[in-house]
This record gives sequence, structure tokens and C-alpha cells, in this order.
Amino acid sequence: MKTNSFFKLLFTFAQILKTINIHERMIGKLNLKVLVVLMLALVPSFTMNANDDQHQSGAYHEEATHHENNENAHKALPHSEEEGYNDGVNTKDEVADYIQHHLGDSHDFVFFSDEAAGHHYGFPLPIILVDNGLKVFMSSEFHHGDKVVTKGDAHYRLYHGKIYKTDAEGTIEYDEHHHPTNAKPLDLSITKNVFSILAISILMLLLFRSLAKGYKNGPIPTGFARVLEPLVIFVRDEIARPNIGEKKYRKFMGFLLTVFFFIWITNLLGLTPLGINVTGNIAVTICLALFTFIIVQFSGNKDYWKHIFWMPGVPVPMKIVLAPIEVLGMFTKPFSLLIRLFANITAGHTVVMGILAVIYIGKETLGTGGSIGVSLFLTLFINVIELLVAFLQAYIFTMLSSLFIGMAVEEHDHH
Amino acid sequence: MDKLINDFSFGLFVWVSIIFVVLIILMRKFAWKPILEALNSREEGISNALKAAENAKKELEALNADNERILKEARAERDVMLKEAREIKEKIVSEAKGEASAEAEAIITNAKATIELEKQAALTELKTQVAGISIDIAKKIIKSELASEESQLALVEKSLNEVILN
Repeated sequence: MKTNSFFKLLFTFAQILKTINIHERMIGKLNLKVLVVLMLALVPSFTMNANDDQHQSGAYHEEATHHENNENAHKALPHSEEEGYNDGVNTKDEVADYIQHHLGDSHDFVFFSDEAAGHHYGFPLPIILVDNGLKVFMSSEFHHGDKVVTKGDAHYRLYHGKIYKTDAEGTIEYDEHHHPTNAKPLDLSITKNVFSILAISILMLLLFRSLAKGYKNGPIPTGFARVLEPLVIFVRDEIARPNIGEKKYRKFMGFLLTVFFFIWITNLLGLTPLGINVTGNIAVTICLALFTFIIVQFSGNKDYWKHIFWMPGVPVPMKIVLAPIEVLGMFTKPFSLLIRLFANITAGHTVVMGILAVIYIGKETLGTGGSIGVSLFLTLFINVIELLVAFLQAYIFTMLSSLFIGMAVEEHDHH
Repeated sequence: MDKLINDFSFGLFVWVSIIFVVLIILMRKFAWKPILEALNSREEGISNALKAAENAKKELEALNADNERILKEARAERDVMLKEAREIKEKIVSEAKGEASAEAEAIITNAKATIELEKQAALTELKTQVAGISIDIAKKIIKSELASEESQLALVEKSLNEVILN
């Protein structure tokens, strides 16, 4: 089952490469066909892997609880929850827990686990803690939360994806809401998301470096670059030029192109069985929106600030009323960006995994075959939509960023 | 919201910021700049080529128009020349005809005069000859008639009879 899933993963990528290779010359005509083939290739392997992942999550949560949501579920869990394994994810609470676990970041990259033997197949990632000096060690030392790590005179414990300072026994103190009250060291670890982002960055550099190099051989790109070039032209001609203006768009192309392809590729990889959820992480979207915010504020011209603090063309009392609204608007614009991206991707992942869980939850009412059929059909459907959403969110983020930049650099001749 | 704040990881935020800044810088330098420059130069090349083609087309059209004009002029000139030639020819022919007919008339007139003269001369000669011949004949007749006495008498008789009768 585990090796099967791994091969499925390899097979999927092989299929993607093959498809691209075969249709390289007719990619324009066969776009839809390629898309469908990719979908069909991806969906079964996704379900297979999710299946395995669920066993892994079982390692973290021992008993079924009767609480409605994840937060409550955490409260009722015994301290020793990480030590036992059960037979997978069967109840609604376990599904909710599992989805929460997937959506969150983690300190190691686990593809799937063997719940019976307690093996996790994946690789550990480095933990970097700033707590009375720099402490660096591999996440394997935590044994997926089973062990307390002692560095110098401090003890650390991995609990629900977060690292807490504990005593030598690894005791976690709780407040009245059942949140851990232990001190948290500054955690600068290379987590699964950081690792994914690094990998995606390298992938992007390789892809677009090859496109850039291709132009040395002639003005017409060949091979996979032929797929990338229209996208670059799309960002330039459909997003940057109309929103920022012909004169000034060049300065912002670096940011807009990077953010577009970063979000898009990240979203797409989020749909693969790798099980990463980068753009559905609030820290990532905050960071991306912050870039837009900073760029907008620093490229804003005199007119932009005048429109915020002293709106021209309206009576003085209105100017005073409008100023705080406009100042608030400065912050709500990037805020909407970060919430939109975060919510869309999180919702997509949640829905896909929730529908996958129908296999287990609906077994009694639909029968085994029925629940698998319904689940696979719906997952395929949602996955196709998610493919669209992956592009759409990248487009919207870039588009609104360039719109905000355009508003900041616009020349107001009419005043 | 509480959960969102709890989920926010400062470490991840720091890493993403650093990686993203580095990524933007690297992508700008190694990818976007050469790509956009190549695209721009290609587009400029295309638009220049289109412009050049347009210009060439215009030039060709101008050239064609010129050719057409020259051809037209040449044709007109040819027509004029032909017309002139025709006129000259007609003039020459008519002049020649006039001269010829005048000469012919003169010749005819001369000839007629000459013929008249010759006719008169011939007539005169003929008259003279006829008169001579007549006289000869008359001489001969008279000679023969007056050869004997009787015939002389008979003639006198006859002439007398005639005179009487008259």
C-alpha cells in the first residue's frame, strides 16, 4: 500500500512529463485534453495518498472524542495521546482533526505512515530554535512528538505542530480553554512549508531560466518554454499593462510575475498528493500581501497621498471625514488579498479532504462501493474546480496587486 | 480568529519573507529581465518588419503608379505621333493628287490643243490633197470625155441642156 502510493506519485509525474512532451507541438489545440489527462492522473493518486496520510494522523490522536470541532477535540485529548495508534480515521472528529493536521504546517515531511509499526515514511527537517542562543537539530529527534528533546538545560516538546518548552518529563500545562500555556521558543525551523517554498523557488528559477536561455538560440521558444511564454505575456499584457499603465509597468513586472507564478505553482502543487498547503497558510499570505502593501506605499506618488489625507474636489468637512476612511482603505486592500487567497485555498483543501472522508463516514449508509464511488466522483469534480481556482487565485492576487499599484502611481491630470 | 492567530507562525513568516525577497531578486536578474527584453525586442522586430513591409508595399504602389503614368504618357505620345503621321500622309497624298491632276489636266489640255492643231493640219492637208486629187480626176475625166468630136459635142449639148434647164 505505501510503496504502491509512492509509485503512483512517480507515475503521475512521469505522466505529466510525458503528456507535456507528447503535446508539446500541439499544446494550443489540446490544452483541454491535457488538462483532463492530468486530472485523471492526479485524482486517484491523491486519494491513495490521502488514505495513507490518514493512518499517519491516527498516530497523533488516540481516541475518538465527542466534541464538535477540532479545538474542542484537542481539549479532551489525554496527555499521552501521541503514544498510541488506532486503526485510522473513522469518525467525524477524527476526520476534522486529520484535515486540521493537513492544513497546518509541520516540522517533518511525511508522505505516509505505517500505523501498526509506527513508521513514518518521509524525511525529517531541521529545527532552528532561538532560545538563549541558536539551537539546531533534526526534527527526527522528536520522534513525531513522542520524545522530549533536551538541548543544554532546556527541554522541548513537539505538541500539535508547535514546539513548547517543558520540564524534563515533557509536561504541558493548560489554561481554562485547554490551550497550552508553556513558553514557546522563537521557532525559525525549516518546516514543511519552508521546505516546499524553497523547492518551488528552485523549480521556478530552473523553469524560467531555461525560458530566458532559450531566447539566445532564437526569438521563438521551443519545448516547455512555449507553454511558459504565453503566461508571461498574459501577465504583462492582461494584468500589468492595463492596470499600471504603459509607462510605469516595467518597474513592477519582477514582483508581479514572481508572485503570479509563485502562487499558481504553489496552488497546483497543493493539489498533488505531496500534501503541502503553502498558500493556505495565513503566514504565507500575510507575507505576500505585505509585499503588495509595501510596494504600493513606496511607489505611491504625491497624488496618491493627497487622495488619502486631503481628498481633492470635495468640501473641507468631507475631506476630514474621508481621511480616516482612506487610511483604513490602505490596509483593507492588502488585507482582502491575504484573506481571499488563504480562505480559498484552505476551503478547497478542506472540501477535497472532507469529500474523501465520505469513503469512511458514508460506508454504513452507502455501502463500501457506493461511498467510494460517490467520494471519487465528487473529489474529481472538486479537483477540476480547484485547478481553476489555483489559476484564478494567482490571477486575482496579481491583478489586484497591479490595480493597487496602478492607483498609487496614477497621474491625475484632471485635478 | 483565535485559531488563526494561534496558527500564525512567525518563523514561517520570516522564512517566506526572506525567500521571497531573494526569489524576486534572482528571478528579476536571471529570468524576467532577459525574458521581457527578448519579448520586447521580438515584438519590436515584428512591428518593424511589418512597417518595412508596409513601406515596401507603398513604394511598390508608387512605382506602379509611376510606370502606369509613364506608360500612359508614352501611349498618348504615340497616339499623337500616329495622328500627325496620318495627317502628314494625307496631306502629302492630297497634295500629290492635286498636283498630279493639275499636271494631267495640263497635259490633256496640251494634248487636246495639239490634237486640234494636228487635226486642223490634217484636215487642211486632206482638203488640199482631195482638191488636187479631184482636179486630177476631173482633168482625167475631162481629158477622156473630150478625146473625140462627138463626145465634145455631146458635152456641149449636155452643158447647154443643163444651162437651159437652169
